[in-house]
Amino acid sequence: MPGGLWLLVFFLIPIFFMLSVSLQTGNLEQGFAQTWHFHRYVEVFQQYRPQFVRSFEFGTIATAITLVVGYPLAYWIAFHGGRHKTTFLFLLLLPFFVSFVIRTLACQFILADDGIVLGALKSWHLLPQGFHILATRTAVISGIAYNFLPFMALPLYVSLERIDRRVVEAAGDLYANKKDVFLRVIFPLSIPGVFAGILLTFVPAVGDYVNASILGGTSTTMIGNIIQLEFLQNFHYPVAAALSFVLMGVLLIGIFIYARVLGARSIEEYV
Amino acid sequence: MNQQPDQNRVPIDPALLRGLTQRRFSRRDALKYAGVGAGSLSLAAFLSACGVKGTSAKASPTPSAFDFTPIYGNGTPAGVLNFANWEDYIDVDSKGNSPSLKEFTKETGIKVNYKTVINDNDPFLAKIIPVLQAGQDTGYDLIVITNGGPIERMIRLGYLTPLDHKYLPDWDANADPKVKNPNYDPGNKYTAVWQSGFTGIGYNSKVIKTPPTSFKDLLNPAYKGKVGMFANNQDLPCPALNSLGFDIDKSTPDQWKQAAATVTQAKDAGIIRSFYDQSYINALENGDTVITQAWSGDVFIASAPKSFGGDGFPEMKFVFPQEGPIYWHDNMAIPLHAKHPVDAITYMNFVYKPNIAGMMADFIWYVTPVPAARDYVLNTIKDPIVANSPLIFPTSDDLANAKQYKVFKSVQEEDDWNGVWQPVYSS
Repeated sequence: MPGGLWLLVFFLIPIFFMLSVSLQTGNLEQGFAQTWHFHRYVEVFQQYRPQFVRSFEFGTIATAITLVVGYPLAYWIAFHGGRHKTTFLFLLLLPFFVSFVIRTLACQFILADDGIVLGALKSWHLLPQGFHILATRTAVISGIAYNFLPFMALPLYVSLERIDRRVVEAAGDLYANKKDVFLRVIFPLSIPGVFAGILLTFVPAVGDYVNASILGGTSTTMIGNIIQLEFLQNFHYPVAAALSFVLMGVLLIGIFIYARVLGARSIEEYV
Repeated sequence: MNQQPDQNRVPIDPALLRGLTQRRFSRRDALKYAGVGAGSLSLAAFLSACGVKGTSAKASPTPSAFDFTPIYGNGTPAGVLNFANWEDYIDVDSKGNSPSLKEFTKETGIKVNYKTVINDNDPFLAKIIPVLQAGQDTGYDLIVITNGGPIERMIRLGYLTPLDHKYLPDWDANADPKVKNPNYDPGNKYTAVWQSGFTGIGYNSKVIKTPPTSFKDLLNPAYKGKVGMFANNQDLPCPALNSLGFDIDKSTPDQWKQAAATVTQAKDAGIIRSFYDQSYINALENGDTVITQAWSGDVFIASAPKSFGGDGFPEMKFVFPQEGPIYWHDNMAIPLHAKHPVDAITYMNFVYKPNIAGMMADFIWYVTPVPAARDYVLNTIKDPIVANSPLIFPTSDDLANAKQYKVFKSVQEEDDWNGVWQPVYSS
C-alpha cells in the first residue's frame, strides 16, 4: 500500500493534472479553460515533428555510442579490474560529482574554435582553420553520449560482474576459443545489463535539452528545448503539456516493443 | 484562443499548479494545501473541472483618484526589504558586500535581503505568477524585470503594486527624461528603471578590420559560421526589423515575416553559427564567433582590462548600428501582495540619488538612469574610463535614433509575433 500511495501522489495525480492541462485552451491572462481540445495533440506533433524526429535520432545514436564505449569499459573493470575495481568505478562516477550543466559548459569551453584543443591542432596545421565542432550535430550527440555514459556502463558492469566465473572456465574447458566464450557465454549473460543500460540512457537522452542548448547550433533544437520554451517562455502550458505527453507516449510504445523483443527473451534463446 | 473561462467550472487547485512551476513555498502552505489537495482527489475534479481563472479583469488604478493608503499606510517602513535581482547587477566591494546597500541601511535603517535569484525574465515570472495567482506574497518586495514582454505582462495581469509618486522625489528630480513615461508603462504607474542597455553589435577587431555599421553586416557571407545572434523574441526581431527600415512598434505581420526571412536565409546559408542566450559573450571571447549581436555592458566588461575588473579582451568592440541600437530597460517593480511596499519604494527612490547611482554605475557598467551620476563617477570616484564611455553614459547623439523593444497590444499579438520568430531561432 505505501507503494500504491507513492504512485498515486507522485505519479498518477501529476499525470492526470498534466493530461487535463494539455486539453485546455486559453492563455495566462484570460485564464485556461477545460475545452477537451484533443486536436492539440495532432497540432503539436505536426508543428514540432522535425524536433521530435531529431530527438529520437540523436538519442539513438548517442545510446549506441555509450553502448560501444561503455561495454568494453565495463567488461574491463569487471574482468580485469582486480582489486582496484572500486577505484575504477569511482573514477567512472567522478564526473557526476560536478553538475551536469557545468560539465557541459566545460565541454563548450574545451571544444571552442580557438580553444585549448582545436586551437592547438589548428596552429600545428593538423586541422583546417575553419574547422569547428561546436554548433554541430556531432557536438550535441557527443555531449549526450558523454553525459550519459555512466548510466550505460554501470548496469553493464553489474551484469558482467555477476557472471559466474566457473561458467566462463567451463566454456574454455569445452574448447571454446576466446571469441566463442565472449559471443556465446559472456555476452548473452550480460543481456539484462544491456537492456537496462539502453533504457536508462535512451529515455533521458531523448528528452535532454541541456546539450542542445549549450553545444548546439542553428538546427540542433531538440524536443526538450521546445517544451522548455513553451512552458517557461511562452507560458503555453497546454502546448507544453501535450508535447510532454506525445514524447512520453512515443517513448513508452518504443520501450514496450523493445521489451517485448529483447527483454522478455530468456537467456537460453541466445545460446 | 481568447475564450473566456467558464466561471462555473472549478478552478485548478492552485497548490497543484504551484507545485509544478514553483520551488519556494513554505511549510505552512504545504500543510494547508495538502488538505485542499486531499479534498479534490476524485478524478472528476481533474478531468471535468479544470481551468485556471484569468486575472486581467482586475481594474488598473488611475493615479489621480487612486487611494494609496491601503498599500503604503502612513509611509512608515517595516525595516526589511526583500530584493530579487540579477547576478552582477549591483556594486560589490572586495568583501562581496554592496556599499550602496550598506549606505541605504545606514540612512534608513532598512535591512536588505539581497538575492540574485533572477537568471532570466520568463522563468522567474513562471515561478512567481502562480503565487500571485493564488493571491499570495511572492516573498519579494522588489523585483527587476525587463521591458519588451515580461514587465508588460505583469502590468496587464495586474500583478504589480501601483507606485505612489509622493515617495519618489529623487526619481522625479534626477531620472533621465528618456526613461520617464516609457511606452510600456505610461506615467510610470508601476515601474522605475533600474538600469538600461543597448542591443547592438559586438565584434572582434583582430579579425574584422572594417567596423560593422549595421545589423545587415551580420548577414555577410564573409563571416560564414562565425556570426552570433540572440535567441529571444525581442533582441533578434527588433534589430532585424529596424535594419529594414520598419517601425518596430507599428510593423505589420507581413513585415515581421519579411525580416524573419532575411535571418532564416542567412541561417540556411550557414552564415549564422548559433542563436545564443547570455552565453553569446563567451562565444565571442572564445573565438567561436567574430561578430555577434551584443548587449552594451557585456562588451564593455569583456574589453576592460582584468586589473579593472573586466575579462581582458581589448579587441572586443561594440558598435551602435547606424540604423539605431535597441535601447532596453530593466525595471524595478513591487509585486502585488508584497509585505514591505514602503521599504521597496523608499529604495526605489534612493537609487536615484546621483551619488548612489554613481556608485552603482561604476560597477554595473550598464546605462544608469541618472545622468547626474556621471559627475560623481568622474569627480568623486575619479574613474574617467567609465565616465567617458558612451556605453555607460551615452550622449544624446547615441540616443537620438535608439529604438525601443516592441510593446504588445494583446496576448494575441505577442503570440503571433513569437510564432513568426521562434521558428527562426529554435529549429
